[in-house]
Order: sequence, then C-alpha cells, then structure tokens
Amino acid sequence: MKYWRKPLDLETTPLARGRVLVVKDRCKGCEFCVNYCARGVLGMSKHFNRKGYHYPEADPARICVNCRFCEAICPEFAIFSVEDPQT
Amino acid sequence: MNPEPIQAALPCHPQDDLLRTDRIPHIWCSGCGIGIVFNSLITAIKKSGLNQDEVAVVSGIGCTGRMAGYIALDSFHTTHGRAIPFATGLKLARPQGQVIVASGDGDLLAIGGNHFIHAARRNLDLTVICVNNFNYGMTGGQLAPSTPFGAKTTTTPLGSPDEPFNFCALAAACGAVYVARWTALHIRRLTTSLVEAIQKKGFSFVEILAPCPTAFGRRNQIRKPVELLRMYHDRSVVRNDLDPNLAVIDFAGNLVVGKFVDRTRTTFLDNYGLVNRREAPDWLGLEHERLREEKARAGAGQ
Ligand SMILES: Cc1ncc(C[n+]2csc(CCOP(=O)(O)OP(=O)(O)O)c2C)c(N)n1
Ligand code: SF4
Ligand code: SF4
Ligand code: SF4
Ligand SMILES: [Mg+2]
Repeated sequence: MKYWRKPLDLETTPLARGRVLVVKDRCKGCEFCVNYCARGVLGMSKHFNRKGYHYPEADPARICVNCRFCEAICPEFAIFSVEDPQT
Repeated sequence: MNPEPIQAALPCHPQDDLLRTDRIPHIWCSGCGIGIVFNSLITAIKKSGLNQDEVAVVSGIGCTGRMAGYIALDSFHTTHGRAIPFATGLKLARPQGQVIVASGDGDLLAIGGNHFIHAARRNLDLTVICVNNFNYGMTGGQLAPSTPFGAKTTTTPLGSPDEPFNFCALAAACGAVYVARWTALHIRRLTTSLVEAIQKKGFSFVEILAPCPTAFGRRNQIRKPVELLRMYHDRSVVRNDLDPNLAVIDFAGNLVVGKFVDRTRTTFLDNYGLVNRREAPDWLGLEHERLREEKARAGAGQ
C-alpha cells in the first residue's frame, strides 16, 4: 500500500486481516464489490451460481484488511468478511 | 424432480438476523441501489441502539416499497402513497415506538405528496427515507416528480419537459427538523444520517440518489449498474448545512448532497398533549391584550 505520509506507528500496528465469504446463490453479479474493494481482493469467478450469475471470489494472493466495505455495498447480502483467525 | 434448495443457510450473513431470509434473494434487479440503502438501514437500526421490538418499518408501493416485506421487524406494506398516513396512525397509537417510513420517490412525493407535506408541517415524529431513482421503477420506468428535465422515461420518450421537485427543499420548507441527501455510494455517511434521523425527535427526511439500471439507466444510455452508481457519486459535492433551496440536483453540474437541516421544533404529539391538557398557548394573544388594557386603565386613573 502507498502512503501519502508514512504513519508513525506503521511498524508497530499490525494491519487487520480478514477473510471474505460469499453466499454464492444470493449474488446477482452486479460487480459493486469487485469495483469498490480498495485492496483489489475480489474478481468475478468464471463459474455461475444456481441463478446463472457470475459471483465474486477472493484472490488468495491479495490481502483482505477486513474493512467490510464489500459487505456494506452488496445489495444482495451475498458477501461479508470476518477477522482472519490466523492473525 | 424437486430442485435443490437454494444454498442452505450457510454461511450466515451478519444482517441475516434482521432479514426475512426465506424471501432472499429479493426481487430487486442486479445492481439496483435499493439493496444498498436497505443494507444501510439495517445497520442504522442496529447502531441506533433501539429496542427492536419497538421499531416498525412502513412502506408504500413500488420496488422500494418491498423493503417492508424483507425486514424481520414489525412492518407493513401499505397501498400506493399511503405509507405516511398508516405510519401516522401507528405512531399515534403507540407513541413509544419508532416508526420508519421507507419508500420510493413516486410513492412518497407523487401520489403520496400531500401526506408528506402535512406530516412535515405537523412535525410528526417519523423517519422518512426516500430512495430517489428518478422514475417509477416498478411499473417500467415512467416519469416521476424527480425525473430530471430532459431525461427519458417510457412516458417521456423525447425527454421530460418538467422541472423536478427538490425533495429536500420541500421537506425543509414544510418544517422537517432533519433533512439530508446522499448517493447510494456514500454508504458510511448515509448510515450515520440514518442513525441521526432515527434518533431525531420529529419529522426527519433522508433522500438517497440510487441507481435503477433497469428502468432508468437503460433509457438514458447508462446500462451498467456500476457506471450509474459511480456517476451519481462522481458528480456529487458535499455541502453540509447548505440552505436546501440551493442544494440542487443538476446532472450537468453538481448533485449537491449533505446534511442540510438539523433543528428542533415541538412535535405533533407534544402539541396534542398541550391541547388535551388545556395548556395550549393563547394563540390570539388575548391575555396579553387584557393585561395591556388593564395597565392603561390603571395609568389613566392616576
Ligand atoms: C393506486 C395505485 N396507482 C398506481 C399504481 C401503480 N404503481 C405501482 S408502483 C408505482 C410507482 C412507484 O414508483 P416509486 O415510488 O418511485 O418506486 P420505485 O419502484 O421507483 O422504487 C405505481 C404508479 C398502484 N399500484 N396503485
Ligand atoms: S473486507 Fe474490504 S478488503 Fe476485504 S474483500 Fe471486502 S472490501 Fe476488500
Ligand atoms: S456486490 Fe454482492 S451481488 Fe454484487 S457481485 Fe458482489 S457479491 Fe454479487
Ligand atoms: S426496476 Fe429499477 S428500481 Fe426496480 S428493482 Fe429494478 S433496478 Fe431497482
Ligand atoms: Mg422511484
């Protein structure tokens, strides 16, 4: 992440880590979450759900910071994040 | 052969406790902004710290009006334009409860316009949330009192010849004590406004500019939901405390958003109590006049 001014406590404060979960069959493929995840974690799967929509999936190489914005922007209650138990 | 049930309740979404999950997925189109507002409203109800048994959600007819049917709280889906009258009755019968009206621009301000005006005038303690998608979404995209001048709808294929209402200015002029407008992408600010509006005593009004890609966007060359959502946000400017008369919605210029009004007035129920306890103010100022006359007579007698 690029900082405009480096926070003084950058080394001492661990960034929150999250795990993003998708309720696949609720998704209607609007791509709001994909477009507005500030960490670029999400992309659309090539698979379809039961309603015929592509749904988002998390790129394991990207770091989810558990900001929960995807959860707030999803009109379908189809995606949310939880704190990653590994951190 | 019975189809497999839609993915069993797992994993459980954090808003599921206030959703009628048996009705989800809801009917709103892919990329409709109503779902974002509904999500924000649920968060606001939780954040406002109210006893959820005392919260009721009332809506009228329209896509937005379906909110009442999806929230797992006391709720009522009224007839077209009549959400505010129903909410008025509910509030008067149970003054201890919090009544939230959530409905569309057409429902609240076309067919329901007079109810809106008078509820604001009387300062009824209601929270009114209007999803403004600039048209009648549910019936296929007809002209609404919010449709921008020039915008195409099914009933104005060449573009609307009408000037739209400024709902926030109208609410403020009628006496609303809390007035705010956001786009559906101002999620955090919208949620804060909804919490404030719910907690505010008196008539509070929150308008949300939200994409209707199916009925409105499609006829106005913006088909992609994300583009519509982004456009409303990109063209918005935040002007808190601005006179709502100046808070215009001008697509070629700016869509002015913000919290415009936050003031205090006695509510209808306060005044109703005064009248019934025979404590209403001396509205003609007769008492004042009598005292003045007495004083004058006393002066003349000296
Ligand atoms: C008395 C009556 N007149 C007309 C209708 C048809 N009707 C249903 S929804 C609607 C307009 C809804 O527009 P809006 O409130 O903006 O809701 P949206 O669908 O855009 O969310 C109309 C005219 C009706 N249901 N009842
Ligand atoms: S929680 Fe935040 S960082 Fe994680 S996927 Fe959602 S939007 Fe992206
Ligand atoms: S915001 Fe929700 S409905 Fe839209 S693509 Fe993401 S998960 Fe699916
Ligand atoms: S018609 Fe418009 S307002 Fe109605 S659900 Fe579809 S996108 Fe939303
Ligand atoms: Mg509408």
